[in-house]
Amino acid sequence: MLAYTIRRIFMLIPVLIGMSLVTFAIVHAIPGDPAKTIAGEKASPQELAEIRHNLGLDQPFYKQYFLYVNDLLHGNLGTSLITHVPISEEIQPYLAATAELSLAAMAIAIFFGVNLGILSAWRQNSWLDYSGMVVALLGVSIPVFWLGLMEQWLFAQKLGIFPSSGRIDPRLGFEGFSGFYVLDSLFSGDFTVLGDVMMHLILPAVALGTIPMAIIARMTRSSVLEVLRSDFVRTARAKGLSEFWVVYKHTLKNACIPVLTVAGLQMGLLLGGAVLTETIFSWPGVGRYIYDAIGQRDYPVIQSGILVLATIFVVINLLVDLIYAWIDPRIQYGKD
Amino acid sequence: MPSLPEMNENSSVTSIDYAPSIHESPVRYFLRAFWRHRSAAIGSVIIILFILLAVFAPVITPYQYDQRSSALLASPSASHWFGTDDMGRDIFTRVIYGARISLQVGFFAIAGSIVIGSFLGLIAGYYGRWRDTIISRIFDILLAFPSILLAIAIVAILGPGLNNAMIAVAVINIPAFGRLMRSRVLSVKEEDFILAARAMGMKNSRILWKHILPNYWSPILVQGTLGFATAVIEAAALGFLGLGAQPPQPEWGTMLSDSREFIQLAPWTMIFPGLAIVCTVLGFNLLGDGLRDLFDPRMKE
Repeated sequence: MLAYTIRRIFMLIPVLIGMSLVTFAIVHAIPGDPAKTIAGEKASPQELAEIRHNLGLDQPFYKQYFLYVNDLLHGNLGTSLITHVPISEEIQPYLAATAELSLAAMAIAIFFGVNLGILSAWRQNSWLDYSGMVVALLGVSIPVFWLGLMEQWLFAQKLGIFPSSGRIDPRLGFEGFSGFYVLDSLFSGDFTVLGDVMMHLILPAVALGTIPMAIIARMTRSSVLEVLRSDFVRTARAKGLSEFWVVYKHTLKNACIPVLTVAGLQMGLLLGGAVLTETIFSWPGVGRYIYDAIGQRDYPVIQSGILVLATIFVVINLLVDLIYAWIDPRIQYGKD
Repeated sequence: MPSLPEMNENSSVTSIDYAPSIHESPVRYFLRAFWRHRSAAIGSVIIILFILLAVFAPVITPYQYDQRSSALLASPSASHWFGTDDMGRDIFTRVIYGARISLQVGFFAIAGSIVIGSFLGLIAGYYGRWRDTIISRIFDILLAFPSILLAIAIVAILGPGLNNAMIAVAVINIPAFGRLMRSRVLSVKEEDFILAARAMGMKNSRILWKHILPNYWSPILVQGTLGFATAVIEAAALGFLGLGAQPPQPEWGTMLSDSREFIQLAPWTMIFPGLAIVCTVLGFNLLGDGLRDLFDPRMKE
């Protein structure tokens, strides 16, 4: 296991180098004159020279990459062209907001996905199964940005149940300490704030969680179906165990490994979907940060935002692999 | 009642239903099974409908897609079935023309990733060694990004626009086809008939073309159809972020992004382009699922 862990970590190195090459290209390999693209058509020669100098565009190409990686290794993610604040500082509150949203979406996806999958499998070919699978099929066919807009229109603007954007009502004057508002408000014991934070969280989390929910539901359904056909389930039934125990205890435990893997892999979808969801709900996360940077041609922010999210994704994938190998000893450590 | 593990009448393919008769050609047998398979049939009907809409867009639509009128943000009516947008353009017309853009982008992006992905996967799987190492690492790197983020990165480098969005969608789908091809080659490579072909002195290129590629068509068709669905969503997402098609092109994602300001005032500007995306994507997902069941009955639940 230890050898496998170390090998998996070493295998990250070429991937991380490749990722840095891709993000490096965002600023340094723009076709034509990068400085002109970044500054816009109307930039004066002084502005262009300044940008060239600040981003190191006046250096030879290999040196630019070397400097870029050197900066990254020292935790320097560059400076925003708009706010002139170091990105490594600026990005922190955004990261917490994205983490909170993604975790909430994942919780929704796993809870509803697993239960929907179990119910569908248990009552295979009933109307329940069919409607469950139609929901799952629709879930993988709806673009997250349209779902978000529909929710916003229906539940925020038409029905007025939920706030349509943001993380918290600014009038509450709440200042979190960790950036995770749910935890912060819970620990400070302020339930008005907690309620407000939860209400803000629900719509974006549901939008973001729907696709993973649908995928988890389909996965759960097929693995539960497989387990339901096995001998030990027949034995459990023969022993007269109630259906509830058969399905929820015996089946779920055995079906959970593939489901967990899928759930882990869906985190990538969540981090990507966060860009779209946060844009719609004005959720102040990394996705929104990147989106605003696109509009303002703040290339260093686009570059570092993408690199940070992709790095998180890679680390999550690594953890999923390791947990998977740990749970299921049948995994061959020799294979890549 | 708990369901027992049994074949039931609702599941779409059972061996008895579709057993080919002696006089039937394999193609006819496949078509018959295909048509009986509900999700494949519904999916293909939806797709054909959208292809027809796209092809005959100028005949079907009552207006030009960029034709403005004085009816700004008018609600759906007899003269504007889906209402109008903030410039008085007919949304029905724009949605129909949008089918052209989305289907084209999906087609060319997926065709591109199939060609490039298969080529790389073929080389990696067949020749192995350092070629395999390099190509597999490239796939790993591409897969290390959440796909839409990689697409954003590519468009940020190349510049926004429909063509660059199409390239981005193609690139992010390359590893899926590449890995599929590679694993296919690896599993076929050791078969006796390949050994026999090699013993007979057949050239590598001929082995690849005659014996390995034909084993690849059915999974590629399944993956390609499902990939088409995600490609449509990804292209629309880029449009929504302002990185894909540029106004006044009637691209569904771009239309959704334009509608954001008017959701409350004119929800139809948002509802119809979105429905169009959902229907198209649903069609390809249904067809892809159906094809997978037909080609590989073992995959079926």
